[in-house]
Amino acid sequence: MSQYHLDYMEQLEAESIHIFREVAAQFEKPGLLFSGGKDSITLVHLAKKAFAPGKIPFPLVHIDTGHNFPEALEFRDSLVEKVNATLVVRKVEDTIRQRNLTEPKGKFASRNWLQTYTLLDTIEEFKFDACIGGARRDEEKARAKERIFSVRDEFGQWNPKLQRPELWNIYNGRIQKGENVRVFPISNWTELDIWNYIRKEKIDLPSIYFAHDREVIEHEGQLVAVSGFIRIDETDKVVTKKVRYRTVGDMTCTAAVESSAGTLDEVINEIISTRISERGETRIDDKVTEAAMEDRKKNGYF
Amino acid sequence: MDLLRFITAGSVDDGKSTLIGRLLYDSKNILVDQLEALEKQTRNKSDGSIDLALLTDGLRAEREQGITIDVAYRYFSTPKRKFIIADAPGHVQYTRNMITGASNTSLIIVLVDARQGVAEQTRRHSIIASLLKIPHVVVAINKMDLVNYSQDVFNNIVIDYAEVAKQLALKEVTYIPISALKGDNIVDRSGNMDWYEGRPLLEILEEVQIDNDINLADPRFQVQFVIRPQTDGLHDYRGYAGKVISGIYKKGDKVKILPADIETTIAKLETGGKEVDEVFAPQAAVLQLSNDIDISRGDSIVKTDNLPGSSNELEVLLCWMDDKPLQPGNRYYLQHNSRLVRAVVRDIEYKLDVNSLQRQPVEDTVKLNEVVKATIKTASPLVYDAYDKISLNGSAILIDETSNSTVAAVLLQ
Repeated sequence: MSQYHLDYMEQLEAESIHIFREVAAQFEKPGLLFSGGKDSITLVHLAKKAFAPGKIPFPLVHIDTGHNFPEALEFRDSLVEKVNATLVVRKVEDTIRQRNLTEPKGKFASRNWLQTYTLLDTIEEFKFDACIGGARRDEEKARAKERIFSVRDEFGQWNPKLQRPELWNIYNGRIQKGENVRVFPISNWTELDIWNYIRKEKIDLPSIYFAHDREVIEHEGQLVAVSGFIRIDETDKVVTKKVRYRTVGDMTCTAAVESSAGTLDEVINEIISTRISERGETRIDDKVTEAAMEDRKKNGYF
Repeated sequence: MDLLRFITAGSVDDGKSTLIGRLLYDSKNILVDQLEALEKQTRNKSDGSIDLALLTDGLRAEREQGITIDVAYRYFSTPKRKFIIADAPGHVQYTRNMITGASNTSLIIVLVDARQGVAEQTRRHSIIASLLKIPHVVVAINKMDLVNYSQDVFNNIVIDYAEVAKQLALKEVTYIPISALKGDNIVDRSGNMDWYEGRPLLEILEEVQIDNDINLADPRFQVQFVIRPQTDGLHDYRGYAGKVISGIYKKGDKVKILPADIETTIAKLETGGKEVDEVFAPQAAVLQLSNDIDISRGDSIVKTDNLPGSSNELEVLLCWMDDKPLQPGNRYYLQHNSRLVRAVVRDIEYKLDVNSLQRQPVEDTVKLNEVVKATIKTASPLVYDAYDKISLNGSAILIDETSNSTVAAVLLQ
């Protein structure tokens, strides 16, 4: 094999870096939506590479539901410091108060849906014209059909019918005033690609991605962490289990998996042998309707 | 492990969805919960088998409104390769869909229904493959189970298609008899067709030689973004970030900045934040030059001994992708990689019939899915190569100035 050869991971990396640079060049005010999960941590790593030795030329934006894992928040702050990035945090709690919104109720009252309000307010406040997100097309079928540059109207809505053809490596980011573009630089990565890249690049992750003891309740086959954000009923049995997280979202809507994998290699081996998709295993919110993601995207979700 | 991007061409009737479902299923890339969802949806089927076509089922919006979104992407991998499938619907708005899906792929699977043989649609898909210069063509003759796995049927189709391939100058064509529904010759060789001596489809996909698809002979680089940290330690740093479109760049290379026409040399090369001695396609790189020159986004950096074309009068093939027809004389933006220039579509020479390759006169306007030969004039010169020589430096898009939509795919001649 020739020395001028990129393996698949290097090709994916090159593609993502190319996309990052297009965003920085084509837009006046981009922001990187940072959730604290492995996908957005990978995004930050790629952004750093794309603009080295310069700084990442846009802020990291955290739409904070207030339901975070404390470990993820700590990690966020140390990462921001390490890469010398600017961090913008806007809290869903404030949106609920300012806009007099109704807090969702129920056992796992999730603010996931309300994030969209805060996100749209934040876009408005900072006049963001491009929001970079860590969505991947392998996650789910609505995402399989979304463009890398996805134009949203002033309500943040995705219109699957009006997508621009995306040809070769040419990204058309021209928009009207009031519109914005959601950009997904790791669209073509799969979950396993992300994990392999994290291993290859030695990217640090929050500790909750690795096996640890945690108090959980078992609910319809999923393990949910005990926290002040969920309602524990009398029928719930609180048990301590060795678990890790496969995705990191809100404590109310992310389930843990039982695991003893304490290292990256062990985590990757478990993922290879697991025959359940990431969203199916760990997202409590996606089970509601089959078209849940499609609906949320149309309403301005990431 | 390397990466193969391919497109499947064919309509629902040819068994395209079943084939993709089969590839994902048999290569064990379907996960338990996805399978459960699938079983739930197929519950009503009488024979209880899983409908693999449902794996590529569309969005609710598509089902409700009877529309098809042009292209979806599927991922799977084997221990040998990672695959990205561009899944483009075959019959509705085929030209636009196929060109969008095919623009990034190096292999096309042309599905032929064994009962139908080489149909008009087969020709049409193959013409697009030839226009876009897709390097590898696999002709999958499907539904062999419905023709009793007959070698004669297969051989006759091969003879017919070879004629098409010759006319279109398709270089590398592989033929394979399959049944996507029954799984014949997909992952393992079929016991129903002992007369077939070739490899099963997945093996072909795993082993096709793709290293030579990337042009390493003609160095082309376009500036995407100028990195100027302006910090104390890096006060004078000025790095030109971009993708190596083709070829190899080495430290010390004599280069020319186009269209400004200024010569200088490469002082330093970086990729991923690390200094290196050379960079090559398709790496993302940063070039530093010996002289302080005013260079901005869209400028090309090429070697002095290997120059691309540079012109503001362009002969092109245009594939029109917008519902609003093209009006000759209209102004558009033309985007060529990262370079954006104003453009006017001037003369439209002829329309290319994508069913027959015949040239036809253009009556008035150019409509959605039509391919035409035209002349474009740009406000400033474009630095480019013919699409047939270096596709990624010979392709562009047209953008409507008022709606900002991408309205055409442009193949520079």
